[in-house]
Amino acid sequence: MANTQSMERPGSLGGLPSLKTALAAITGVMMLVDLYLIFMVAPTDSVLGHVQRVFYFHVPIAIMSFLAFFVVFIGSLMYLIKRTPKWDAVAHASAEVGVVFVTLALLTGIIWARPVWNTWWTWEPRLTTTMILWLIYVAYLMVRSYAPSQSKGAIYAAVVGIIGFIDVPIVYYSVVWWRSIHPSPVVGPFAQSDALDGTMALILLYSLITFLFFFAYMVVERMELRKTEEALGRIRFTLRRRGR
Amino acid sequence: MTGLLGPIMVIVWKDVLLELRSRDLVVSVVVFGLLVVVVFNFALNNTPGRSEELAPGILWAAFAFSAVLAMNRAFVRDQEQGGLEGLLISPVSRDAIFLGKALTSLIFMLLVEAALLPVYAVMLDFSALSWILILTIFLGTLGFAVVGTLFSAIAVQTRSREIMLPVLFFPVLLPVIIAAVEASTRAVGGETFIGLGRWLPLIGVFDALFLVICPWVFGFVVEE
Amino acid sequence: MTNAAAEAVQARSLEKSFGEWPVLWDLDLSVPWGETLVLFGANGAGKTTLLRILATHMRADYGSVAVAGYNLRTRPEKARRRIGVVGHRSLLYDDLTCRENLVYYGRLFGLKDHGKRVDDVLEKVRLSSRADHRVRTLSNGMQKRAAIARAILHEPDVLLLDEPEAGLDRESVSILGALLAEWTDTGRSVVMTTHDLDLGLDWGHRAGVLRGGKVNFPDSDSPDSATSDIRQAVADALEAGR
Repeated sequence: MANTQSMERPGSLGGLPSLKTALAAITGVMMLVDLYLIFMVAPTDSVLGHVQRVFYFHVPIAIMSFLAFFVVFIGSLMYLIKRTPKWDAVAHASAEVGVVFVTLALLTGIIWARPVWNTWWTWEPRLTTTMILWLIYVAYLMVRSYAPSQSKGAIYAAVVGIIGFIDVPIVYYSVVWWRSIHPSPVVGPFAQSDALDGTMALILLYSLITFLFFFAYMVVERMELRKTEEALGRIRFTLRRRGR
Repeated sequence: MTGLLGPIMVIVWKDVLLELRSRDLVVSVVVFGLLVVVVFNFALNNTPGRSEELAPGILWAAFAFSAVLAMNRAFVRDQEQGGLEGLLISPVSRDAIFLGKALTSLIFMLLVEAALLPVYAVMLDFSALSWILILTIFLGTLGFAVVGTLFSAIAVQTRSREIMLPVLFFPVLLPVIIAAVEASTRAVGGETFIGLGRWLPLIGVFDALFLVICPWVFGFVVEE
Repeated sequence: MTNAAAEAVQARSLEKSFGEWPVLWDLDLSVPWGETLVLFGANGAGKTTLLRILATHMRADYGSVAVAGYNLRTRPEKARRRIGVVGHRSLLYDDLTCRENLVYYGRLFGLKDHGKRVDDVLEKVRLSSRADHRVRTLSNGMQKRAAIARAILHEPDVLLLDEPEAGLDRESVSILGALLAEWTDTGRSVVMTTHDLDLGLDWGHRAGVLRGGKVNFPDSDSPDSATSDIRQAVADALEAGR
């Protein structure tokens, strides 16, 4: 019972380092190409100018931030049912990476909005829902760190992950319906995303895939870090048993 | 199902009895609700002409903040005196415990709102108190109670419980607040049920969804 | 009062940790019917943790445990009806009277004639005169007695007591002692943790020491040497726990 091998939890994250390296390599290459495409190849928008290029970052990042929360949801659900730490690790890593993505999504959204509408913020459904998503991410991470213990933190966070994910679509629709009653005078760039010409659409798609890899890489990196933290914890654990 | 009803009513009875004894929840929350109305009234520059426009929003802002305050107390009493532990070692199912606490919160909040409503009607120049409005208030408060009870069970065990509950509560309950304000605006404007559009069904769906999910996850929250 | 289960408490290979802190491991325990088992141990040794697991308040990470014949992992609700718990907190509401508290618990446990049962139990712990006083107004000793009343209200088979002597006045101690003696005479069992060596040895049929994550029983044949062995074992445990 006291040797470290029996301490290994079943289904632990083996093979991660090689996956990580592969993802890092792919992401690195794709990102360089992406930057080239966005700044060198994409046509300059006639109305908005170079600022419009933020769009190629904003849309993929925003989509990733929602995808990340979906991963948080799945991880949370599986963790509550199965209780294997692996699922909690997935949810936690995805949440930490996701919160960065959603913050960037909001920032790029604002950067885009300002020169176009002359306003920093609009209560437009997508932007508002992103804001709420940000708040739910923050609540998820807060409840984790304010919980009385690691294991309870994992459970509370899982609950928030599940409730939050189910809530997001409801938030979106409620704001859409609200908006149809209280319309803002702007239509602007969000309409533009429906009217893309060929090159722009392709670059956007490529950018999306690039950020998908980027997201996957960051999550794996974070999970590896957690694995190290856990290994350290196990060593302490075994030493404490021996000491008693 | 009948096995559930008995314990639920026992829990509600106990909480009502406790509240009658100490009277520290309903009264203080009512006072708080009044303060919110006063503050919002001045913050939003509510003039007689704008009352119709602003009143429902101020109403629901007051209800939402009062709900958070009330529910913060919901589990604190049990936590401090070990009442939750007593429930957990009794043969009562976790579902029943959750529904009992949620029902208690619902009843208390409805009492607070019933006390505040006439005052609001006067202060905010409400034209009509209709059945639709009451239905809206009931459904909205139900949403507050169900999700709020779950979150306060979590918050009460965290380090910073006064902050944790609002942080959890408001983002998730935003759709209910939006829908409730919209529905209330129309109800006060004399609309019938049909005229309310999708707003009440939205709250209804929210309530139904979380009435199923919250009891289930509650079991995980209170397990040691 | 006993049911078909062979033992009152049966635990095998129990493990419990709090995050990175192991508290119980390789813990085996067997308590037959009609026995009062007393557990000693240093602070933090895991006495309360073990009791909470037996009370179904907490779940063990690993291992199996059955109380009154019911596996705590699979049939905890059944087990709860047969267990009575007195811990550090009374689990009573300060603003309600003794009677109201007991009626509340009686209803929670689904007792048929809770009115009469409440009166009986108050009589047993000598609190009948204070039945309609708020728990807040009672002394510590009386509050503990009220908690005991709550624990035995539903006529469980196994009583779990966590340092019951804490805060008890002399009258309450003798009431509890008499109650426990009667308890085991009728074939029921008690698991008790305590810091009071003399009290524990007086009330208990068997004594063990919680140390190194498990319960240790000093093995000796004669009762006299068993007593001194226990005293030594406890002293050792306290020394090690420092």
